Amino acid sequence: MTTLFTILFDGVAYGMLLFVLACGLAVTLGLMNFVNLAHGAFAMTGGYICAVLVNNSGWPFFTALPLAFVSAAAIGVLLERTLYRHLYTRSHLDQVLFTIGLTFMSVAAVDYIMGSSRIFIKLPAALEGQFDFFGVGIGRYRLMIIVICGLLTVALQLILAKTRFGSRLRAAVDDPRAASGLGINVPQVFAFTFAFGCGLAGLGGALSAEILGLDPYFPLKFMIYFLIVVTVGGSSSITGPFLASLLLGIGDVAGKYYVPKMGPFVIYTIMIVILIWRPNGLFGRTATR
Amino acid sequence: MFMSIRSHMLLATGAVAAMLAFAPAHAQETVKIGLILPMTGGQASTGKQIDNAVKLYMQQNGDTVAGKKIEVILKDDAAVPDNTKRLAQELIVNDKVNFIAGFGVTPAALAAAPLATQAKVPEIVMAAGTSIITERSPYIVRTSFTLAQSSTIIGDWAAKNGIKKVATLTSDYAPGNDALNFFKQNFTAGGGEIVEEVKVPLQNPDFAPFLQRMKDSKPDAVFVFVPAGQGGNFMKQYAERGLDKSGIKVIGPGDVMDDDLLNGMGDAALGTVTAHLYSAAHPSAANKEFVAAYKKAFGSRPGFMAVGGYDGIRLIYEALKKTGGKTDGDALIAAMKGMKWESPRGPISIDPETRDIVQNIYIRKVEKVDGELYNVEFATFEAVKDSGKTKK
Repeated sequence: MTTLFTILFDGVAYGMLLFVLACGLAVTLGLMNFVNLAHGAFAMTGGYICAVLVNNSGWPFFTALPLAFVSAAAIGVLLERTLYRHLYTRSHLDQVLFTIGLTFMSVAAVDYIMGSSRIFIKLPAALEGQFDFFGVGIGRYRLMIIVICGLLTVALQLILAKTRFGSRLRAAVDDPRAASGLGINVPQVFAFTFAFGCGLAGLGGALSAEILGLDPYFPLKFMIYFLIVVTVGGSSSITGPFLASLLLGIGDVAGKYYVPKMGPFVIYTIMIVILIWRPNGLFGRTATR
Repeated sequence: MFMSIRSHMLLATGAVAAMLAFAPAHAQETVKIGLILPMTGGQASTGKQIDNAVKLYMQQNGDTVAGKKIEVILKDDAAVPDNTKRLAQELIVNDKVNFIAGFGVTPAALAAAPLATQAKVPEIVMAAGTSIITERSPYIVRTSFTLAQSSTIIGDWAAKNGIKKVATLTSDYAPGNDALNFFKQNFTAGGGEIVEEVKVPLQNPDFAPFLQRMKDSKPDAVFVFVPAGQGGNFMKQYAERGLDKSGIKVIGPGDVMDDDLLNGMGDAALGTVTAHLYSAAHPSAANKEFVAAYKKAFGSRPGFMAVGGYDGIRLIYEALKKTGGKTDGDALIAAMKGMKWESPRGPISIDPETRDIVQNIYIRKVEKVDGELYNVEFATFEAVKDSGKTKK
């Protein structure tokens, strides 16, 4: 019985991690209608920046984490202003080709600069190991992931639903022309949103190094997971991807524990079943535009 | 104007004549080695170690053997067998190489095998470790190891040293299955019991659920084989789950504890017992010299892959000395069979029947020496052949 809870706990932590990694993609894909397959490259950037700061420059882990967010966001805004914005009006195929190209370039660049070996971030001792909670083994690092990602999710939901920026963003997405007519600076809103998504990816990358491993092939290896989260969750809100991440995280961990012979197929089976049942994802609305 | 054209033509004919005169003589004087390695991608550390070791050997021993100049042409196959095959073909047909060497993974070594047979070019396998490789062409000679060598030995050792129940965690691909089967065979023959058997997908991000299964099956030890790069992730999560504190040992073939990665794993790796062909801490004069020279040249510690490359290039040098510089494939293979020498890993030889390596396998334990982690050897099994073949 306690094992069941340990599995559940591990699954939730894995799911939360997937959510932080993928929710930026849900925002660009769903809200901005832009296919950004280079999303994983921003995650990797955040991970490597955190690793260099902690391992080489001796920064504390918790100071390096926000910096992973900030620097990935800064690179995001730079690329958005110089490259991405030219592709907003182009076809999805053009966007896919462009961003997959960026992904390959990032893989080669990181391989060249950092080498291709897997990198670990030196964690503070307080985050290592497990403690016992009524017989359930709770990993300290995974608990931290759940806390950080839980807070982020609540904050994101509040920003989108309650703030002025949230309503501007939703207006800019629904009808950019009318929104700019009302005095909303649509390109600025998009740039900010894009940068925020990249920042989240960077933070996710830094958090995931310990569990998923960090090497130059990160963006290619995990692209499929990000896409599954967005496909299963639907991309018109963040509640969808959030629930999808949890479902997939728990499903994947429980599947590997109880039926290890099925291996990674559990996650794909969940995806197929959900998509047959709801082709637009869990919370997808049917396309109106 | 006319003059200048004439003088140009004169120059050109002169150049052509010079090339004709020197080219054949030059070709005779050079022995070319096509070195095909994964220099990018997940296996790049293998490629880098072997490339380093080959360079080091050539620095130490000069680049002429039996009156011939040795030229190494390095190609990157990123461990993709399709690339390996294409590169091997280009090297043999266009560059007319006399050896193909390297091969980071089993599928790559197999992809080049038919070409070696067809062109009668010796294929020196410096890394890949599945038993079947040398059976795929009479021109293949191996200087690395086979998984059967290390996995059978650790199986015997575990059964004799008070380990009764073992849970296994291996990557689901050819070398992983080799490691699992050979271990299982010897361990159960020695009276041991396998209480849990999990095959992990090769592209596996999170070991948590599998490790939880290991923990719940309450074994004395976990037998683990994952590709070199994933060993660090495995050990970290093993410690995170508290398996180290619950008294469950980690045993396995030495790939998981590669010298290249050992220090990055942290203290979680302490006490791990593995069987393998090489440790940077091997206490012999030849090895101390090798490790010091390697560290000086490349700033890092050599792992078992580097030793495979170092012995591979040495095998080529010695074979050429024996044939007096003749590059006929059959003569070279004949020269290599039965060759013996003292490697940094200890005494080794090439089995004349299988063309595979015969070497000592050491049982080692991870310990801290001068603040760094090392695999410290404490038992030796001498002149181990590949049991994957001797069984037949």
